Formats: sequence, structure tokens, C-alpha cells
Amino acid sequence: MSETLSATERPAATPPPSPPGASSRSLALARLRDLALVPAIIAVAIVGSIVSPVFLSTDNIINVLQSMSEIAIVVLAQTIVLITGKMDLSLESTFGLAPGVAAWLVVDPALTRGLGLDVLPDAWAVPVVLLVGALVGAFNGLLIVRFGLNGFIVTLGMLIVLRGLLTGISGGQTFFMLPESMTYLGSATWVGVPASIWLSLLLFAAGIVVLGYTRAGRALYAIGGNADAARAAGIRTDRVLWLALIVASVLAALAGLLISGRLAAVPSAQGSGAIFQVFAAAVIGGVSLNGGKGSVFGAFTGVLLLFMIINVLTLAGVPAQWTNFLNGTVILVALVVSRITGGKAQT
Amino acid sequence: MSATPSGPADGLVGTDQPVVEAVQITKRFGSTVALADAGIVVRRGETHALVGRNGAGKSTLVSILTGLQAADDGAVAFDGRPAPPLGDRDAWRKRVACVYQKSTIIGALTVAENLFLNRHARGRTGLIHWSRLRRAAEQLLAEWSVEVDVRQPASTLSVEQRQFVEIARALSFGARFIILDEPTAQLDGAGINRLFSRIRQLRAQGVTFLFISHHLQEIYEICDQVTVFRDARHIVTAPVAQLSRPALVAAMTGEDVTMPEAEHRPLTTDAPVLLSVRGLVTTSGAELSVEARAGEVVGIAGGGGSGKVEVAEAIVGLARPTGGTVVVDGRTLRPGSVPDALDAGVGLVPQDRHREGLVPLLSIAENVTMTVPDRIGRRGLISPTRRDDLARDTITDLAIKASGPQVPVSDLSGGNQQKVVMGRALASDPKLLVLITPTAGVDVRSKQTLLGVVEEVRARGTSVLVVSDELDDLRICDRVLVMFQGRVVREMAHGWSDNDLVAAMEGVDLHHV
Repeated sequence: MSETLSATERPAATPPPSPPGASSRSLALARLRDLALVPAIIAVAIVGSIVSPVFLSTDNIINVLQSMSEIAIVVLAQTIVLITGKMDLSLESTFGLAPGVAAWLVVDPALTRGLGLDVLPDAWAVPVVLLVGALVGAFNGLLIVRFGLNGFIVTLGMLIVLRGLLTGISGGQTFFMLPESMTYLGSATWVGVPASIWLSLLLFAAGIVVLGYTRAGRALYAIGGNADAARAAGIRTDRVLWLALIVASVLAALAGLLISGRLAAVPSAQGSGAIFQVFAAAVIGGVSLNGGKGSVFGAFTGVLLLFMIINVLTLAGVPAQWTNFLNGTVILVALVVSRITGGKAQT
Repeated sequence: MSATPSGPADGLVGTDQPVVEAVQITKRFGSTVALADAGIVVRRGETHALVGRNGAGKSTLVSILTGLQAADDGAVAFDGRPAPPLGDRDAWRKRVACVYQKSTIIGALTVAENLFLNRHARGRTGLIHWSRLRRAAEQLLAEWSVEVDVRQPASTLSVEQRQFVEIARALSFGARFIILDEPTAQLDGAGINRLFSRIRQLRAQGVTFLFISHHLQEIYEICDQVTVFRDARHIVTAPVAQLSRPALVAAMTGEDVTMPEAEHRPLTTDAPVLLSVRGLVTTSGAELSVEARAGEVVGIAGGGGSGKVEVAEAIVGLARPTGGTVVVDGRTLRPGSVPDALDAGVGLVPQDRHREGLVPLLSIAENVTMTVPDRIGRRGLISPTRRDDLARDTITDLAIKASGPQVPVSDLSGGNQQKVVMGRALASDPKLLVLITPTAGVDVRSKQTLLGVVEEVRARGTSVLVVSDELDDLRICDRVLVMFQGRVVREMAHGWSDNDLVAAMEGVDLHHV
């Protein structure tokens, strides 16, 4: 009761609307939450440059950005879903399946020891990738939004089903001899920088604008914050949720296309296990698993921090056998650090 | 903005078309009649109170007046024109708004964004123009003199500020008729005063209010007219000044369906004191001291927010009290420990059977014996035979309608579920039985059984605490302590009159007005 009392007393005590000091302070605080990871990123950069002089070289920075670009797009996709208060585990399977299906349909079996069907011309590959993504998202939406099933279980089921589908059509093998249309985005270089870096940065910029400055984007926050209130405000919550799931799956498919292009192959395990890293990056970046909270920029800093630390560890010559152990540790430490700097440790 | 009235600025009752008029509204939910030929007329500029006990049909009327539900029969008109179709939310929002007890504010978003959710100001590019939106929000709040920084997240608002923001948002749609659903329930005294001065101020600006409250003195303080509902029917509408408090209470209580009152015999004066609560203080600040003898039934009555449930939960260990002691049969209970209370011989029927009382997917037998694993066990393993035997006894004793002890509790009706909860409380042969709203949401027959059980239990020498605001529950008590705003304000011996008790629960003293 005493909390309510002190809380209600405050407005009476402070002078009339928006005293400049207080408001700019609260605004600064709001921005600060977005920038919570920046100090950590700077700290890792300093440690990195001490560990190895190579760390801050252009080549290494491009290397870090490229290695994270595909996962980063999946993180963007997951962020969109998480903000609405749902989650999509199946993104990692979509990440592998979408380019897998495209490769299956266009690759010539004569060149690949019987893999592939060669039923579609090469030009169809990219549209097929995106279409598979959209279909997966639409099906997730059908089960979650329309039939009201639990999103966690539905997408967990989808994760397994889609992975199984990819293993089935590929016979557990790797698609190779991909057409140029599929490898272009993942391997091209624009103005001296890999296209996948440009693409991921562009998508994040678009994400910041859409989620921060459009009604549709704000609707995601409203739904995640309080779905009933969002409905009362006239937001078509079902439609927005459905769209969010579709957009997320298409983004994951696109990310899969980029990595297939980079490696010029689609292994049947592409993306397997990546969802944990994706969740970790989003949560470290301040996106709430309960919905309604988080920003695209925050999610970006989350991925960046994660991959920078991994890069520093590699440069420091940590044996590959220890990578998983350290990856997990990094995720836990980053979570603790971001909770402390985000000022949420108490709640 | 078309619905903006040119209402009288002096706040006097206008003579033109009523702001809202609902006539002969009937609404059924399955076999229950929520509203039967009920109606209400609210005139422009007045503050109109709607009162009635739980289940009188108030909330159903509100959902019909705000266009959330359609009436089965009857008509609603705003300003003399028929109400818009249910699907046209915008049209409804221009006519009426309701500030519910449950918030429709999104905590993670700023106050400004909450005010203009899904109608954000947009620039020429089609993107949201945040600074313009903030200015509009500041302007809107300034117009209704709500002093809140629009840039802070809405989660930082106090209950009272949240209500002001919701009222301002409602007004910004053009509505000048606002329903306040128990707005004072979560406010402290100072907050209530500020809310009331805000209501008066808005009334002077031509806003009409429909005010729903359980606290009658608030109605005399703020309202012009009062409408009483009882048992889904409209009972009376009158100017507040012309309706005395006893008359208002009488209109609310009416002639209740009488429960067969348990046979009452005086306690033996030498019965030992089984329960002794001294200076108990809950975290919400409610206080209680009470003693109960063996075989005595003590009622603790009070409305929502009176603290009656909090003190009961503190007694049984569901909540940790900040002070005071509870002694059951000479043993001091460890504060905030349910196992200790069970061990000392306390049986509990909690307030919310779905949340605290039952595991719905488990069988009747498992639910009933949950607190007494040692009585059905053999060498550390649970014996299903003993368990089912015990449960079968409960089923017979409490007349639970089920084919056997293995039936999952989720398959039972509300009344039978509550009997299972009661059976669980009794399974340990408690010395003290604490019943929190034991007959809430159960049918009349189950109610009879449940209250009859209390009579049997007390005959065996158990002390019983009945915590409720239902008169039928309290009628079986030897004496009733009435709580109001966290304090015991009256103690009534068996044989109290309904009106006296209801008035005391509402914080009104009939004999000193």
C-alpha cells in the first residue's frame, strides 16, 4: 500500500506538465535502454584489440559481420515474433528447408549423383525459397492464430517436421551445384563489402523504421503488451499476428538463401541448433520473451555482441573443442550483464 | 467529434434527450437470466450511480451499454437515436466509454502512444510523427488537466493516473458519457478524493458519468441519481437526496431467497478456546484479533477491499503477515507456512478454488487426499485402496455427484468441485476450519450441503471461521465481525438483520445518520 501512496503523491508534488528536466531525463533513459549493450560492445572491442592486433582490421570486421549476417536476419525475424508475445522455434528449420526445396526442384540429378529433380528453371529458385518461407509462416499462423494452439508446441512440432522434410528430400545429403541465381546474394560483393552484410544491415534498418514508425509495427508492441487492449483500440490482432509469422518465416528463408549462397551448398542440417543462438541474441539484446518489449536495434546489438565475443575467442586461439562450452557461457554471462546494465535485475 | 454535446457547462441536469436510455433489456446466458426487463435512463450532465449486490446484473448492463454484447431483447438509445450496430466500434467509442477495473493501458508503451494507439499521428511519408503525437497527447491531457508526463512508460503510472489517462482517452474519441466500473476499488482515501474532484470538474465541463460502486457513502458524496438493480431487475431510480440510506440498502438486499437456517444452539461457555489470533497485521495493512472456542462459528464479513480475505490467508499461512500471532489449540503457527498450519490441524477452503483449491485434471480421490498423504500411505507408498475408500466417504458425506472417486475434478460442476475442496479441508479432521467465500458461484442445493457440513463439523467441536460477504454464509455464524477498510468495525451477535449487516459492510452506520 505504501508504494501506491508514494506513487500517487508524486504527481501532486511535482509542478505542472512536463518539467523539461524530468522529461528529458526519462527520454534519455528510454534511449539508454536501447544502447545498454554499447558499453559491452566497446569493452569487447578493446579486449579484442589487446588479444590480437588483427581484431580491429577491416578484414576481420567484415569477417565478423559476414559470419553473423545470416543469423542476424533470423534474429530480426524472431524479434518480430517475440514482440507480439509469441515465439517461433521453426525458424531454424525454415532456414534450411526453404533453400533446400529450391535446390531440390532446380538441381540437375545428372550432375549431383541423383540428388534433385530439375523440374523448374534456375530462375525460379529464389522465388521458391521465399514462397516456401511464406507457406511455412502461413501454416504456423493457421495453427497458432486460427486454431488457437500453443505457439511453442506448434513451432516445436514444425521444427521437427520441416527438418525431417529436408532430410527426406535430400536423403540426408547435401545439395550442391546450385544455380547462379541461388548463390549470387550470398557470394556477391557490393562496393567492396559482401552483399549479405548490406542486406542484413538494410533489413535491420527497415525493421527499425517499420517497428518504430508505422502503425503496423506499433501494433506488434500493443498486441504483445496487452492483446485485449490492442483489440479494443481497433487493431486486428489476428491478422497482425499472422502477418508477423509470415514475415518472420520469409526472413528466415532469405537468411537460409544467403548462407546457401555463401557455402554454395545446402546441407540437410543447415540451421540445425541455430535457434538457441537466435533466442540468446534476441534476449541479450533486450527483447522480452513475454512480449511487448524490445527493439530491433537492441536485437542487432545482441547479435553483434555475441559474434564479437566468439570472434575474440577464436583469435585468442581457444581450441575448437571448447567452442560450445564457451558459446553457452558467453550467452549466460551476456544475459546477466545485460540484465544488470538494463536495470531490470530487481524485477 | 460529431457527438460532442453542447451540454450545459454548469453541470446541472439537462432537460433535453437523455445521454443514454436502455429500455426493457433482457439478456440470458444459457439458463441464467442476467437481465430481465431492466432499464436505465441517464440524463445529460448528471452523475448517475448504479448499485446492486454481486450478480444483480450491473456488469451485464455495462457490457450492453458499451456495445460489447447485444441484448436479447430491448433497445438502447444514445441522445434519442438508436445505438449503432455492434461491429461499428468507432461509433460506439464516440458515444460511450468505460473505464474498467481491469486496465486497458499497455504498460510497455508510453502514455502518449497509449492515448493514440492505432491512430498515431503520421507525417507525409506515412511514417509515425512521434513529436507531433507527443504534442497532441500533451495537449489532450492539458485540456482535461491531467498532469502526467506523456513520455513515460504507462507502467509507471499509479492506478489513479491510469484512470485519468483512460478517461482522457475516452474523451478524445468524442464520448461525453463515461462509465466508471468500481473506480475506487484500488484507490486509497487521498486518491479517491482526487478522483472525485476530477469527476466534479469534468461534470462541470459537460461530461456525464455512470458510477458503479460497492461503497454507498461514495454514492452520497458524488452522485445525483441512483439506480438499484437486484436479481437481474431494475428496482428503483431516484435522486440520491431523496433516497435514505436504509431505503437504499433495503432496495439492494430485498427479500433474498432464504436459506434454511441452521438450528442454533448456545455455546457451552466452558468450551476451550481453539483459535486465538492476536494483533495480526497483513502486508496490505489489514488488522485482526479474534478468538474462537471449540464448536463456535465466527463470521468475518466485509466488502471487496475490506481485508477480510487477506487476514484469513494470513491465518492459514497462505500469506505472510507482517505482525501478530496465530495460536491453534495452544500451538503458535509459523507465520506464512501452510505445512505448519496443516500440521496444527487447520483445514482451509481457499477463495479461488480453480487457482488454490483444486488440481482439475487429477481425480476426486487424489484431490481430497492431497493434504493427508500419511493417512493413505503404507510404508511410504500411497495405497490407492485406502485413498479411494477415504474419497468414497467424502463423496457420500458431501453428496458429491460423481460416478466414483476416480473421476477427474474438471468433469464436475462448480458446486461439486467446491464440495471436493471442502472434503479436502475436512480430510484431516481439522481443529480449525477456515472457509473463504465457500459458496461463491455454486448452486443453491450445493450451498445447502456445504453450509450443512459446517453445522456437523461444529457439533464435533471444531472451530470454524467463515470469511464471506454472502449473507447466507454468515447466517450460520454465532457472531460476525464486520471489516471495513482493513479494520473490524462492528461485531454482531447471531440474529442480526440483513440491512444492518449490509450497511456495516458498506461502511454506513444506519443508526447514526
